[in-house]
Parts: sequence; structure tokens; C-alpha cells
Amino acid sequence: MHHQSTAYRIFTACNNTFLLLLGILCLVPLLHILAVSFSDQAAASAKLVGLWPVGFNLDAWIKITESDHFLRSLWNGIVRTVVGTFIIMGCMLLAAYSLSKEEREFKGRTFYIYFFIIIMIFNGGLIPTYVLVSGLGLLNTIWALIFTNAINVFNLILLMNFFRTGVPKALEEAAFIDGANHWKTLISVYLPLSLPAVATISLFTMVGQWNSWFDGIIYLTDQKKYPLSTFLHTLIVQRDYSDMNVDPEELQKYSERTVRSAQIFIGALPVLIVYPFLQKYFVKGIVMGSVKE
Amino acid sequence: MQPKIKWNLKRNWLLHVFLLPAVTIALIFNYGPMPGIILAFQDYKPWLGISGSPWVGWENFRMLVEFPDVRQVIYNTFVIASLKIIFQLIVPIIFALLLNEVKHMLLKRTVQTMVYLPHFLSWVILGGILLDFLSVEGGLVNRVLGVFGIGPIFFMGDNDWFRFTVIVSDVWKDFGFSAIIFLAALSGVNMDLYEAALMDGANRFQQTLYITIPSIIPITIVVATLSLGNILNAGFDQIFNLYNPLVYEKGDIIDTYVYRAGLLGGQFSFATAVGLFKSVVGLVLILIGYRLAYKYANYRIF
Repeated sequence: MHHQSTAYRIFTACNNTFLLLLGILCLVPLLHILAVSFSDQAAASAKLVGLWPVGFNLDAWIKITESDHFLRSLWNGIVRTVVGTFIIMGCMLLAAYSLSKEEREFKGRTFYIYFFIIIMIFNGGLIPTYVLVSGLGLLNTIWALIFTNAINVFNLILLMNFFRTGVPKALEEAAFIDGANHWKTLISVYLPLSLPAVATISLFTMVGQWNSWFDGIIYLTDQKKYPLSTFLHTLIVQRDYSDMNVDPEELQKYSERTVRSAQIFIGALPVLIVYPFLQKYFVKGIVMGSVKE
Repeated sequence: MQPKIKWNLKRNWLLHVFLLPAVTIALIFNYGPMPGIILAFQDYKPWLGISGSPWVGWENFRMLVEFPDVRQVIYNTFVIASLKIIFQLIVPIIFALLLNEVKHMLLKRTVQTMVYLPHFLSWVILGGILLDFLSVEGGLVNRVLGVFGIGPIFFMGDNDWFRFTVIVSDVWKDFGFSAIIFLAALSGVNMDLYEAALMDGANRFQQTLYITIPSIIPITIVVATLSLGNILNAGFDQIFNLYNPLVYEKGDIIDTYVYRAGLLGGQFSFATAVGLFKSVVGLVLILIGYRLAYKYANYRIF
């Protein structure tokens, strides 16, 4: 590899440029709406904005802080994400710990594994799930959103494999000889050693909860309870303001392109904030989690 | 001699307790809906309940086969999903191979950071952005195309362009993320092989052809066979955020149809039957996929 031919050097230059452009292509849409949100309303309506604000101002950003609908759904989204992530991660960590044992030390593991595989490959479908949730009286509550998607078997397997590969058996045995039970072993041996994995799956779960929007549409009838993603869906995609009980003036604010862009950007913001931390681990996580011993 | 496995509840009772929350949630919310598939064999009316609704046998499934609408929807789903599977395999592999040639570490990491990002944004966000970005009335893409004298193209409202838009935007969102697994396989290739090839006078292209590409064939087989189960998953989140009545003809898929016919149209039983058809086909294909992955690449998920 020390002798590089001219052809290979030309290839490298073209290749590097191409990949950089490809990378930028993945950011362009986001940069575009950011530019629109900081632009003058007239310039945005006339579609003059490219990747840089035209007539820079903060009007759109000030307007969204004045919209009750937006702020309320932002709050709903945050509550749903925090509560959901805690509950789901709690269940998943406990379950993954148990499943990380071998059948010979934990009789019944195989049964539990099949129990979870089945829900990974088959589900009742939209309508039966709706009928069930409605029968349980959970319609219009946050619990319908959290519990119907709580068990992500793929993430459970990732965590389980992390526990299996990341924690030396000797350490666990030492803990047991010192008199620790499973709870102590999980807290003081497994968790500290698998912090990157736990962080990764937590962030995955968080992003999943934050981004989830369709469940809001089916299970929530009161639009005041919509989390931000669901609210954005109605706002941007359906463009249906008819049953939102907003006065015409506020409607006018919503439909402005700059305001819409600012709201979309806020919707993407939490993901953008956690992304650097996420990226640090998920590559390793996915590769390790998919390795079977 | 293998010792006999014991329940050993004195030491292990906590392990069962640990599983209790997850198992309970799964039992209620994942297993709970499964009996509800009998709706597919009834003429379900919410006010009569499951026990009071009349049985109709296979009637709903007969409608499924005979309705031209539904046939078109199944066909759309199959076409969109297959094209996605194919391009989500080819593009990430090419990208991984190209990125593997980049020796400049900072550039490599920067590109990776940029291309993984869209995967984490939801289709609500991306749908909102794309509607704006691809708009006929001065969307950025049509403005750029206009410079070259092309268009304007009605990406979201023209039946012939809609599938194209769906597939390209899907590949755009996920090609980086899908490439991770291939990049991992590439970084695992034994460097001695390249040294040896160099000694034998192989140039970089020949090295790629005879060392790099064969090294990712097993993982390619695994990914390809496992994606078989997605052949009727055309991506509800994406289509639902991008489509509109103008493109129902070629853009409507099983999941969006089930939502509209079932929850909006009140045809609960028929929609359940369509959904069940999809689940069963998916299940069979997943099992076939796993079997093939095991047979040809010796891959087992558990």
C-alpha cells in the first residue's frame, strides 16, 4: 500500500469529494428549514430561501413560544418521553439480566426466550390492539402510548448480548461468593460494567418515544393530550385545523411557513442534542449486540 | 456427565421476579390482542362486542381476494417493499466499500456522523421537511432542477413519481445506518491478506475484488435473507406522512389501507382480515429467512 498509483490517487480524491457531498446531502433538508425559520416571512412565502436565512429575524421563534397548543404538546411530549423511557428501561434491564443467564444456571430461560421471540415475529395487528386498549379503558391516556410499544424485543436482545459478552463470569461468581444476590449483582456488577450499552439502549428508547406519533393519533381523542410528534403530524401533514378549536388569528400563525419550520426544527432538536452521545456508542452497540457467542 | 438442571428457586427466584414486569406487559399488550384476530372471522360491531357479533367464516378473506382495490393495495405494498429491500442492500454496500477506501480518519468520521443522522429523525419531521423541499411551487429541489431546465416535477402528487420519491427518500434516510453492519465486517478483514495480495502484485482494485468483497458476502446473505420478512412492510410511517388521495392508486399500502378502512371507515373485521393476512405472510417469510440465513451463512439470532 506504500506505492500508490496515479489512478488510485485520482480515485481517492474523487471518492473523498463524493462522500463528503453525500454527507452534506443528508444535512441539507435540515439546514434548509433552519434557514427558513430564521427568515423574513415574505421571503419564505416567496420561496427565496435556500440554505441561508433571507432577511434574518427571530419572529417565528418568538411566535411559537406564544402558542399554547405548541407549548402544551411540547410538554406532553417531554412527559411521555421521560416517563416512558424510565418504565421501559426498568423493565428491559431487569428482563435482560435474567435472560443473560445460561439455561443450566437459570432453568426456564429458554421458555422466556421463546415467549419474547413470538411477539417479535407475530402481532395481533392494529384493530385488535385498538379494541383491547379501548376495552381496558386506556383510551386517551398516556399509558396507551407507553405500554403498547413498551417491549422492543430487538433492544432486549441487544442488552442481553451486552450482558453476556461484557461482564466476565468470574466477577459475577466472586460477587455471589461474597454473598450478593441477583439484585446486588445487577446493580453493582452488571450496570457499571455495561454503562455504554445501557446508555445506548436508553437513548434509542428515548428517541423512539419522542418520535412516536401514530399511537397518539389512534389512542388519543383529546387533542390537548397530543405529544409534540403527533401535534406536528396534524399540523404539517394533515394540515387539518378544523377540529383544533383555534381562533383564526392563531391559525394564521400556524400556517406561516417560517413558524412551521421553527416547529419542525424543535421537533428534531432533542434528537440532534442526544445524537453525538448516541453516535459514540451505537456503532459498537449494534455490532456487539448482534454477535452471538 | 451433565448435571441435571434444577429450578434452584432459593437462588434464582429473583430472576423470575425480574422478568415479571416485562412478561406482564407483553402478556397484556402483545399477547392480549392476539385473540382479537377472531374479528377477522366475524362481522364485528363495537356495540355487539366480540361475543355478540355474528360469525362469517372466511367471508372477509374472500373479499380480500376479490376486491380489485385490495389486490392493488397488496401489489403496491409488494412492489414498494421489494424495491426498498433491494436498494437498501445495494446502496449501503457500495457506500461501505467506498468509505472503506477513505484513509483520512477525520473525513471518514465526519461523513459517518452526517449520514447516520437522518435515521434518527422521525417521518413526521422528514415528511414535513420533504413536503416543503419537494414542493412544485418553488421547493428547493424543483428550483435546482429548474436551473437545468427540468421540471417542475410533482414528486408527491404524481402517481408515477410517488413510488420513486418514497424509495429514494427511504434510501436517503437509512442507507448510512444500514451500512454500519457492512463497515463492521470490512474492518474485521485480516490485514495480512492485503499484504499477501500486495506481494503477489495485486493492485487496489484487484484487492477489493478478491479480498474485500468476498469478506462481506456472508453478512450480505444474512441481511438479505432476514429482510425477506419485510416483503409486505412498505413503511407505514413514511407513506402515511407523505401520501395524499392523489397517489392512492400507486402509493396506498396494506397498513395505510387497514387504518383508513378499519379505524376511519369502521370496517373493523375486514381490516383485521387484511392485517392478519399481512402478519401471516410476514411470519412465514421470517421463518424461511431465518432458515436460509442459518443454512447459507450459519447465522443464528439466538
